[in-house]
Amino acid sequence: MDRDESENGREDMLIDGQKQGNVSVPREFNVNYLKLYYAKLFPYADMFKWMSYGNDGKHPACDQSYFGRREFSFTLENDIYLRYQSFNNVLQLENSIKEKCPFKIDIGPVYSVDPAKKNAYAQSGDNVFTPVERELIFDIDITDYDDVRYCCSGADVCLECWPLMTVAIKVIDTALRDDFGFNHILWVYSGRRGVHCWVCDGKARRLTNEQRAAVADYFRVYKGNENSSKKVSLTGPALHPFLVRSYSEVLERFFETKLLPSQNIFSTEDRYEKILEMIPDKTATSELRGKWQTKKGSKEDINVVRWEQLKNTLQSGKYKAQGLRRCVEEIVFSFTYPRLDMEVSRHMNHLLKAPFCVHPKTGHVCVPIDPNHCDEFDPTAVPTLLQLFEELNIGGTRAEDDNEWDRTSLGQPISFFRSSFLQPLLKSCKEEMESSYKAKLQQSKSPLSW
Amino acid sequence: MEIVKPQWKKPPPSANDVVSTLPLYRSAPPLEVRLEDFELYAIDRLRVLKGVSDGLSRGKRPEEMEKLVNDLWKANMRHPLPSEVTNKDIISHFVLRLVYCRTEELRKWFLSNEIALFRYRFRLLSPEAQRLLMAEFDLPYKPVTTAEFEGVKEKLHLVARSTGQLKPTASDAIFYKVPFEEVPELVAGRRVFICKGYAYVAMNQVVSLVVTQFRGLLSKALVLTNRKWTSTIREEEKDRLTPIVETLCTSYLGPDYSQPKEFAEVSIKDIDQVAKSSFPLCMRHLFEKLREDHHLKHGGRMQLGLFLKGVGLKLDDALAFWKAEFSQKVGAERFDKEYAYSIRHNYGREGKRTDYTPYSCQKIISSTPGVGDHHGCPYRHFSEENLRAALSRMGVNSGALENVMDKVRNRHYQLACTLTFESIHGLSYDAGINHPNQYFSDSQKFFKSKNNPSGQGEPLDARSPI
Repeated sequence: MDRDESENGREDMLIDGQKQGNVSVPREFNVNYLKLYYAKLFPYADMFKWMSYGNDGKHPACDQSYFGRREFSFTLENDIYLRYQSFNNVLQLENSIKEKCPFKIDIGPVYSVDPAKKNAYAQSGDNVFTPVERELIFDIDITDYDDVRYCCSGADVCLECWPLMTVAIKVIDTALRDDFGFNHILWVYSGRRGVHCWVCDGKARRLTNEQRAAVADYFRVYKGNENSSKKVSLTGPALHPFLVRSYSEVLERFFETKLLPSQNIFSTEDRYEKILEMIPDKTATSELRGKWQTKKGSKEDINVVRWEQLKNTLQSGKYKAQGLRRCVEEIVFSFTYPRLDMEVSRHMNHLLKAPFCVHPKTGHVCVPIDPNHCDEFDPTAVPTLLQLFEELNIGGTRAEDDNEWDRTSLGQPISFFRSSFLQPLLKSCKEEMESSYKAKLQQSKSPLSW
Repeated sequence: MEIVKPQWKKPPPSANDVVSTLPLYRSAPPLEVRLEDFELYAIDRLRVLKGVSDGLSRGKRPEEMEKLVNDLWKANMRHPLPSEVTNKDIISHFVLRLVYCRTEELRKWFLSNEIALFRYRFRLLSPEAQRLLMAEFDLPYKPVTTAEFEGVKEKLHLVARSTGQLKPTASDAIFYKVPFEEVPELVAGRRVFICKGYAYVAMNQVVSLVVTQFRGLLSKALVLTNRKWTSTIREEEKDRLTPIVETLCTSYLGPDYSQPKEFAEVSIKDIDQVAKSSFPLCMRHLFEKLREDHHLKHGGRMQLGLFLKGVGLKLDDALAFWKAEFSQKVGAERFDKEYAYSIRHNYGREGKRTDYTPYSCQKIISSTPGVGDHHGCPYRHFSEENLRAALSRMGVNSGALENVMDKVRNRHYQLACTLTFESIHGLSYDAGINHPNQYFSDSQKFFKSKNNPSGQGEPLDARSPI
């Protein structure tokens, strides 16, 4: 699929499922606050350091053109969309953002040439304008879970359904580190109803589209669409170690202790019928239905009781032989396994919203999430523009120091970003640069190379 | 490779006869080729590649593909002189490289089918020949040591069982530890154990490693060939090879339906009627959902939008059509702001201004519709129940319905669609459905000739290869 179309697709997918005519600007967000945010709080230098990956230094192996070949794209107030913006240094970036005051900043790939001049290169015939590097990215959106959450739908999210995102972070983060061996991973709250993930290791940035698709497919379990009832299909006599680990370390416990009672997934006929549909054996389903149709007063949570009954039935000797045991796992996976937007991860030139943007509908800042403490993350407590504005005002007009955010609740997210993501990343960039430079020197010294 | 007129010279004997059963096509051979052979060999190989492509789009299993490749190869690539068999293989490959290097689309088609061909030919080789070929690639990977194997044995067994294979026993437990990005297809299918960036590839999976190498070689080579073609060959050979090269590819890819030809226009007022009579199920479903929900998600808008363009809906009409539906859901203003762009984009009026082509069956079948999506191929993506209901609404009788479901179960989605076409139109249709716009235009032709019994109507588009 072509990029232009799909970002556009992303664009309007963001508004899919959302009520029309919602033009009233929330209290938490307005242009003046945003201007102040860009003037005082947005961490330009950190973003620049990050996106330079060590190429902004003095080392002879630095590629000075690196940052300037990165695409930024701005969405302005009236949905005017500026693509292929590029900047040669942090000052240019800062000035442009302050001047244009974008409601949304997206980050694209690093291209072979300066994206702002892509048209000039297009004239030359040979297709030299092509993406060469891009973080491996993931986008998980709570709207994709609408068939398994009963508390909210569409763009709404609450503390009852947010843990689905927490589970997604745990499963994906562990696999990225333990299976794929990546180290520099940034999780970001998308500002309203989901999370973004940036994998920034050199190896990840240089993956081809095919390799990205392979990683995305490795994570793909959920195959549901609107016209088929079975959403997850686990075949074969055993599960892959990755699925086994996800199931036993995260999904099973979450399903039984959190999701089951909080979403009441067995409480009504409608709801339990949806689960019975996933069991391919008529005898088993009618046995369970028989038990559930007569309501018995019980002190225990009805969801827990029915889940235990379902498990006992399917795992009993009677059905064991028919492989219905796997059904229990399939149900847990259907309800809890991460649902990734595959297209975002598959291609190098998909745009993704920059961290520290402000979501115009909620006023929430897109702050990093610590995957090691993601259970503690509360999307409703994320700093909003209004809040930051007030915090700045309380501080009064003190002498300008460069750490304005330390006076606000943005201080903690930014220092987390630095200490646990940016610094280790830059350290390894430096090492990588040094070792590849040495290897090159070695090679050119070798008498055979000429 | 020298191309000469009739005189025939005997090629020098090949240096490595053992491996030559499956060449890597690293460089063009120093052979002289007669002009007739240049074309004939290429056509024979095209028959093989086309067969491979059909097999893949029908979702054939690896074992079925193996047999298919074997049969196709035997049927088309024989040569009366045993010494010429390998030459024919190499020559035909290099000729087609020239033919298919010229656009991105052609390169993609050639690459994917040559790679499939290579894969199944590799699988057909003896273990000895496989090892020799691996050696030729000079892969830097060493087998996992026994000590290391013991450490991950449990996981490797689990993977083997999850893919329905027997437990690897100690004797055949040769595993290669390779960076995961070298074996994307094994990663994608979760067919390997991956730890800290390394995939443990079993001996019977090395085909994936070799294929990755081969893909790299061929894909680079195609770009180089293209450069050579545009810079020198096309001009130098304009009286001799260029015409052959330029006609060879078109006969096989079929039309791309980007420009509606036969029925240059469909207007908005007729659209409901033609949707009912002549849309294939995938498009009918999208069309009905759009009318019902006044909305489609991105994948659906692309699939239906480009199809309608191919059908002959003009840009202005397309804008009016989509607006009429979407504005009921999101309001006219938001439609203009957020959706109109991508419709103009499809028609090449925005962005990089490419005139996009409607999706083929292959593309639709391989799409991955998610929650809230209605695009994709119904024969593949619907549950059996939903598919049955949809087909009977379309007017497929119960006898034909069972035949369709039978094809679906065997994953012959395009055949299932072809049977649906036959049942609805009451005729036999040998061409086979490869493209939703083909379904549409042949359906329209059928109705035209029915309403015009003088027999002046065009014959159905039974496109025969070459």
